[in-house]
Amino acid sequence: MSSERMALIGTILLAVVATAALLIWVERRMLGLWQDRWGPNRVGFLGLGQVVADMIKIFMKDDWIPPFADRPVFVIAPAIVMVTVLLAFAVVPIAPGVSVAGDWNVGVLFVLGMTSLAVYSVMLGGWASNNKYALLGAMRSTAQSISYEVFMGLALLGVVIQAGSFSLEDIVLAQQDGWFIGPQFLGFVLFLIAGLAETHRLPLDLPEAEHELTAGFHTEYSGMKFGMFFVGEYVAVILVSGLLTTLYFGGWLGPTWGLTLAGWSFMPLVWFVLKTGAFILFFILLRAAIPRPRYDQLMRFGWLVLLPLALLNTAVTGAFVLLRSGA
Amino acid sequence: MSTLFYVASAVALAATLLAITRAHPVHALLYLIVSLLAVAATMLALGAPFAAMLEVMVYAGAIMVLFVFVVMLLNLGPGVAEHERQWLRPGYWIGPGVLCAVLLAQLLMSVLAQPALTGTHEVDAKAVGIALFGPYLLAVELGSMLLLAGLISAYHIGRREPARSTAP
Amino acid sequence: MSRHLKEHGTPAVPPPPVSPGGLRLIVEGFFTQLLSLWRVFLHLFARRATIEYPEQKPYLPPRYRGRIVLTRDPDGQERCVACNLCAVACPVGCIALQKAETPDGRWYPEWFRINFSRCIYCGMCEEACPTYAIQLTPDYEMAEYDRRNMVYEKEHLLIAGQGKYPGYSFYRVAGLAIAGKPKGAAQHEEPPVDPRSLLP
Repeated sequence: MSSERMALIGTILLAVVATAALLIWVERRMLGLWQDRWGPNRVGFLGLGQVVADMIKIFMKDDWIPPFADRPVFVIAPAIVMVTVLLAFAVVPIAPGVSVAGDWNVGVLFVLGMTSLAVYSVMLGGWASNNKYALLGAMRSTAQSISYEVFMGLALLGVVIQAGSFSLEDIVLAQQDGWFIGPQFLGFVLFLIAGLAETHRLPLDLPEAEHELTAGFHTEYSGMKFGMFFVGEYVAVILVSGLLTTLYFGGWLGPTWGLTLAGWSFMPLVWFVLKTGAFILFFILLRAAIPRPRYDQLMRFGWLVLLPLALLNTAVTGAFVLLRSGA
Repeated sequence: MSTLFYVASAVALAATLLAITRAHPVHALLYLIVSLLAVAATMLALGAPFAAMLEVMVYAGAIMVLFVFVVMLLNLGPGVAEHERQWLRPGYWIGPGVLCAVLLAQLLMSVLAQPALTGTHEVDAKAVGIALFGPYLLAVELGSMLLLAGLISAYHIGRREPARSTAP
Repeated sequence: MSRHLKEHGTPAVPPPPVSPGGLRLIVEGFFTQLLSLWRVFLHLFARRATIEYPEQKPYLPPRYRGRIVLTRDPDGQERCVACNLCAVACPVGCIALQKAETPDGRWYPEWFRINFSRCIYCGMCEEACPTYAIQLTPDYEMAEYDRRNMVYEKEHLLIAGQGKYPGYSFYRVAGLAIAGKPKGAAQHEEPPVDPRSLLP
């Protein structure tokens, strides 16, 4: 592995984590604006210093492990979410030929596998806390994640069928004649909802519904361990936004106007960042606007509405592609 | 790639051993998950990324989650770990262990007689699909029938009982 | 509704709204969610409800119950007569004072102490005060890093002005004789009557 490649990997991962930290501020600020407030605007320019202040606070906090907890599992759980989500980011192409792990012919499956492993973080964290609210949150999270993973995978299949590849880069290149948001609109909506459920974002944050479960699975967590869950959630938001961009909105595709910087065409990266950023803002808007459903409603909606729709989407897409190819 | 294969195999073996010997059920399951992930890595090293990813998704990501989920629900206390520790006494496992060792030796001999598997060409998703819906079509259909049967019976078990008249 | 009233004479309870089922529920639900998303998005351009506090102070009415002060009468004398009614009325017991007397018989507090870390700003002391001496003002910026700084002594409490009741002076309406104001010289007070005299 060349040093150039190492630098690229380091830059991308650092940028992702830094963006996730920045999202703490972005989210609070945007939520404030959408609620007719200003949000944190005191610390530094536009309140950007809030990120640093929050970081310092969370690092300085007492990192307490409850005596009744299962210590090794309790410590390992928050790391799992960071590791899996960052690993999943490895295959997302942010510009032509630029991604952490390079182009991989099973990229989509890898992302799905990593998101399914991320469940362990919440689950083990909740169980190891030895706290009934944490356990309830972990159980909800597990059931929710397992269910919505199914729809996530099925919703993706439409894109995979149209692109004829599991590689994310091939999927982007297949959208040169038109983004998949048109033909795969149903798949997009399903993937969006499933993505919300996978990342435990409001309105589908049942595992940490604070008025029912105090803080859900991370009730007992404090200090940097809580910070890992917190930042992990934002990294997951970036991941899902990046995936939505890549799968349905043409990834880095967009007019480049022949602009280059030191011989490198940077517009694809700008397009990717802009599209992903728009989705992140949309996620925050969802949080500001939509109330949380009841848990049974969530599961019922998943299995009785999303699953049939996802199957329908897959079958119809398959039929269309077969008809087009004249088989 | 062969380094990856050997490291992953070693991890798989160690994790499986630990999964058997841990007294605490959740810890044992965690080692089992690690073992499954290591097996996925060996598949990757052998040039089967599609199968490796399915292993991660289906086994580590879905089935083991359900296992852990159920174990979590059982609320197993320290008493269970004590029980488990009693079962780990040599008297319990020496007999099956010897028999398994014989089988393992046989397996090793037959495997060593074959040429090595590493260095084969990569089997991608398309190849797996063609194989599944070509020569193995019958097996796939049988498997899907089995899954359908499982689905229907699960639906039957989970069905809400029709409301009976509650009048005494 | 009015038709119901005519027919039955009693107001009819409207039936609970029937929730749409099945596909209609999904489609309607989807679009109402989109609508609420759009409406919340528009709030990006709405007027902020925030008052940016340290630069921009909120308007507080004059009778707001904030920091407690001791006022003076129009002559510049302390209004407080050290009657202890405020200390008695205080539900949390945060007021303490000691009475002293001037040579001409006028009472005043020797020291007056309010522990603002206990004060609940209920205004009972102000209501109890017979001389309008103790008053609550619309000032609330009283935070301190050290709890001991929350204990206000008389020199911190006493202000130069008359507060909410300008022109009022207790000794000008009270019958007590002090230096410069003999018995009977107060407002609406008749000269003292000599009860031993038989003259009309």
